[in-house]
Amino acid sequence: MLYGLKIATRYLTANKAQTGLLITGVAVGVFVFIFMSALIGGLAVFLVQRTVGDIAHVTMEAPSRDASALLPENSGLLIVRQRDTTQLELLRTADAFIPLIEATPGVSAVSPQIVGNGFLVRGQATAPVGVTGVQPDKVSAIANIGRNIRAGSTDLNSSNVLLGTSLAEDLGLRVGQVVRLRSANGLELPLVVGGLFELGLDALDSRSAFVSLSVARTLFDAPQGISRLEIKLDDLNQAENYARQLAADTGLEAKPWTEGNAQLLDGLRAQANSGNLIKGFALITIVIGVASALLLSTYRRRPEIGIMRAMGATQGFVIFVFVTQGTMIGLLGGLIGAGLGYAALSPFPLPEVAPQGGLPIDVRQGAYDLAITLTTIGAILASILPARAAARVDPVSVIGQ
Amino acid sequence: MSTLVEVRDLVKTYGEGDTATPVLKGLNLTLDTGELAALLGPSGSGKSTLLTILGTLMKPTSGQHLMLDQDLTSADDRELTEFRNRHIGFVFQFHHLLPDFTALENVIFPTAVKAGRETAAARARGRELLDRVGLGNRMEYLATQLSGGQKQRVAIARALMNQPELVLADEPTGNLDRESATQVMDLIGEINRQEETSFLISTHDERIAEICRRQIRVLDGSVG
Repeated sequence: MLYGLKIATRYLTANKAQTGLLITGVAVGVFVFIFMSALIGGLAVFLVQRTVGDIAHVTMEAPSRDASALLPENSGLLIVRQRDTTQLELLRTADAFIPLIEATPGVSAVSPQIVGNGFLVRGQATAPVGVTGVQPDKVSAIANIGRNIRAGSTDLNSSNVLLGTSLAEDLGLRVGQVVRLRSANGLELPLVVGGLFELGLDALDSRSAFVSLSVARTLFDAPQGISRLEIKLDDLNQAENYARQLAADTGLEAKPWTEGNAQLLDGLRAQANSGNLIKGFALITIVIGVASALLLSTYRRRPEIGIMRAMGATQGFVIFVFVTQGTMIGLLGGLIGAGLGYAALSPFPLPEVAPQGGLPIDVRQGAYDLAITLTTIGAILASILPARAAARVDPVSVIGQ
Repeated sequence: MSTLVEVRDLVKTYGEGDTATPVLKGLNLTLDTGELAALLGPSGSGKSTLLTILGTLMKPTSGQHLMLDQDLTSADDRELTEFRNRHIGFVFQFHHLLPDFTALENVIFPTAVKAGRETAAARARGRELLDRVGLGNRMEYLATQLSGGQKQRVAIARALMNQPELVLADEPTGNLDRESATQVMDLIGEINRQEETSFLISTHDERIAEICRRQIRVLDGSVG
């Protein structure tokens, strides 16, 4: 079918202005498609980064344990069991799992923690806090404390504590000052404020305190085991798959971050759907543009098509010529649009480092391959109708014209 | 001379029912190999319809159409297209060249469309034919850059490209000045003599008809 390709190419190059306009139209459609992909994708990265970037992607805990019943189930009495929220459920075998989880491809960090509730006491002032005991070398493994430290340092030892800036402000604390941390178990330790952080999330900045794992063991009377394992992944979108896999491998409860962020996910889905709708319209515009231009071309070339048929061109050959034109328009327009899109979007900083108020465009998410493929397929589909119309041209009706 | 084309009781009716218009009414005709025949008749007599059916561009309503002992009446579109490409050449009044192609590309079209590519052999034959029709120095000219007479000579070269047994010419000189018309008819006569290609030329011009060795008159849908 080399000859059909030659005819198609000649038809396209014979009217350079019309072909140029047509390819430009397709390229603009592809550019819109790529821009929307990069914008919607970038916005999703930006939102996820800002909202769940400092939380665990998968959290593993011991299965919930209810208090044991004093009477048998068939005693004929209605038994009400109140769960003791102050009693820690501990993972006593976590040490065995940690190396296994750390070695899992796609897992970027594992942080064993002891967590509990307590109060910070300074003089007459008291503030409730969520206490997190972490290994000193993993203080920034989940929430990036190191990047968000505002005063002091992230070094944790057996006598200091890291606090959020809001909490420190409420209690009038500065780095180097002493504060008493009292656990819900009633145990109390004096600790030096080693650093102040500001993660931008009020829940963390005004109500959390980080201590070393050894301090947490003392405060919560947990000489062995841990409360939970927090895990960070390379790709947070895979959290549900990893949670399922880790739960199956360890027999522990594993919760992906998506479980507690349904509204965010709904928002991202709605945003993605809006983007897909706009991309769909861009594609429809391309298809209509190519189809109408080729229909016009078919009409204009009716005498030539008739003469080709009279000279022995089959209907299949005529269809091939016009579908090839559509394919070339789609492919060229797609490549040019994708190239322009990449060139135009490249200067934008990635969403992870985008400045406040800037457009969170992610050049990596331009869906270039998809845009070129869909455009080419769309152009091929758009050319089928004109090609069939061309193949049906009756040589007799046009030769006499 | 052997029989090249034979049509028996050929009927062609346009439309149906009350609007049915019979054009060919049981026409019979035989053409032999190497004939140079003129097809004469007034407008509306059915000349063009007969030429179109003989060229396999249209099917008769009834009757039989044979060429090279092959019954073309029942052939499908693909079979007719391939047959036409191989055995029949066309020369039209308005030449009908492909305007975006050169003279040489127009000439080799029938061979290239069959082979799926332009072979070296096809290009050599195309050059030879253009030389023969006196356009060896216009091979790379676009069709739109040629004069009316030159276009018609390119059309004749194209009609001969696949060495067909039959060339159908519909008023080939109707759109040319006297000098160009004479040149075209001389060329047709020469090719007919040298290659024994049969020509059936539809014309209103009695002078053209006199050049042909046989005159076929169509009157009211049948051969008179």
